[in-house]
Amino acid sequence: MIAFENVAYSYGGGELLSEISLRLAPGSFHFLTGPSGAGKSTLLKLCYAELLPTAGRVTLFDREVRSLNRDEVAMMRRRIGVVHQDCQFLDHLPLSANVTLPAMVSARQSEAADLEDLLNWVGLAKLADALPPQLSGGERQRAALARAVIMSPDVVLADEPTGNLDWEMSLRLLTLLVELNKMGKSILVATHDLNLIRAAKQQVPARVLRIAKRRVQLAGADL
Amino acid sequence: MKLQVLADIFRGDRHADRVVPPSGHTAWLTSFTAATMTFLAVFALALSLASGRLADRWGDALARSATIRISAPAGQMDAQTRIVLDVLATTPGIERARAMTDEEQRALLEPWFGPDLPLDALPIPRLIEVTEDATGYDSEGLRQRLAAEAPGAVLDDHTRWRRPLALAAGRLRLLGMTSILLIGATMAAMITLAANAALAANAQVIRVLRLVGARDTYIARAFVRRFTLRTLTGSAAGAALGLVSVAFLPSADAAGGFLTGLGFQGAGWLWPFLLPPLAAMVAFFATRFAAFRKLKELT
Repeated sequence: MIAFENVAYSYGGGELLSEISLRLAPGSFHFLTGPSGAGKSTLLKLCYAELLPTAGRVTLFDREVRSLNRDEVAMMRRRIGVVHQDCQFLDHLPLSANVTLPAMVSARQSEAADLEDLLNWVGLAKLADALPPQLSGGERQRAALARAVIMSPDVVLADEPTGNLDWEMSLRLLTLLVELNKMGKSILVATHDLNLIRAAKQQVPARVLRIAKRRVQLAGADL
Repeated sequence: MKLQVLADIFRGDRHADRVVPPSGHTAWLTSFTAATMTFLAVFALALSLASGRLADRWGDALARSATIRISAPAGQMDAQTRIVLDVLATTPGIERARAMTDEEQRALLEPWFGPDLPLDALPIPRLIEVTEDATGYDSEGLRQRLAAEAPGAVLDDHTRWRRPLALAAGRLRLLGMTSILLIGATMAAMITLAANAALAANAQVIRVLRLVGARDTYIARAFVRRFTLRTLTGSAAGAALGLVSVAFLPSADAAGGFLTGLGFQGAGWLWPFLLPPLAAMVAFFATRFAAFRKLKELT
């Protein structure tokens, strides 16, 4: 689905990621860890072509990202659900419209019943008409997850999804991600919360990748 | 493809319309700009059409008419006039010729000398109005005959008047057309600036839309449709206001010769109705250009 081959990424100041090779297989569950500033968010952005590698190849669904035009990038993003730490919403639209936004932009009809089911799944059914600024941090994260999965994407990428949440809410979000994984979705979660990773490994065979010294290494035995 | 895009503008997309926040200073700025520019364009159009008519009228009237001025002692004036009329009667290409009456000559001089001009006491030359037919006459031949038979008669075929008048009217028409083009270009520039401001103000919206898989055409359409419709509405208001203003301009009789014919006549009243659709098209292409350029700057 998503594959990196000797990928490097440099900002103006220097190389942030180097010689990254990894493959997200269908139905896999990966955590991505590392200290702040190690490049976790950058790697995720490379996964949905918000950034292009400065060296190496990133392949999305068997297409090299450099060969994609802007429309094709948009089409690829419909197959990838993204949850950001700072969940970005359209603040003038109610929660229900924000959640159905991916369906809206792809001219796909979303059934009201499906939306209700989805909002029930993330526990936000009663807040369907609320505006994003009225939601708490945990509610925004769950809303972002609902938006990320409404198009039934093949991959869900989450960047520090529990960064602003208390432990109880973090576990609730983790449960939702595990449920998605059990439905066959590939999950990649960037986090520095080792407790969350331990909790996840009790439920799914998750692999842990660590970014250290600009490279990605397989971790896990020590967690 | 382009027609489809234009059709989409008017058909609308309920969802796409919602994704861009409805408020913002660019909304009234766009409508106000369109209204003002169209209002000015209506006047430029009126000026251009009126100067065109004026040029045609002056050209036609002066081209087909001439004046013979007879300067002679009072005792010989009538005889010279008769001779000149006889010469004109036998000149091919002359449709009619007649000596102007004292009253007509007094009316011509009245704007300069006042109403009680003692015409008899002044050595005013007699004027003969000549109208040529479609074939025209030989002005050089006529001058030679007049010189031979009525030495006090001078033919003025208006050439030295006609050229600068026609030139001035032509320049006025060009000025009107140039004004319309400049107004259109200014409106395009203003709308492009407003669109850029709106796109910059909605960078967050665009980022979210790109993140969830919106194509550039979808995002651009939301902005283009909004700006096109705002421009159309503003321009329609400006055109209506302009038409009313032109309609209430003083009439030719009341304003005197200078303003004669300024405004629209007949089918000319239909021209301003073309301005709102034209303004909407300008807005459509200006916003589309701005939107795609801005979107390309974003990943």
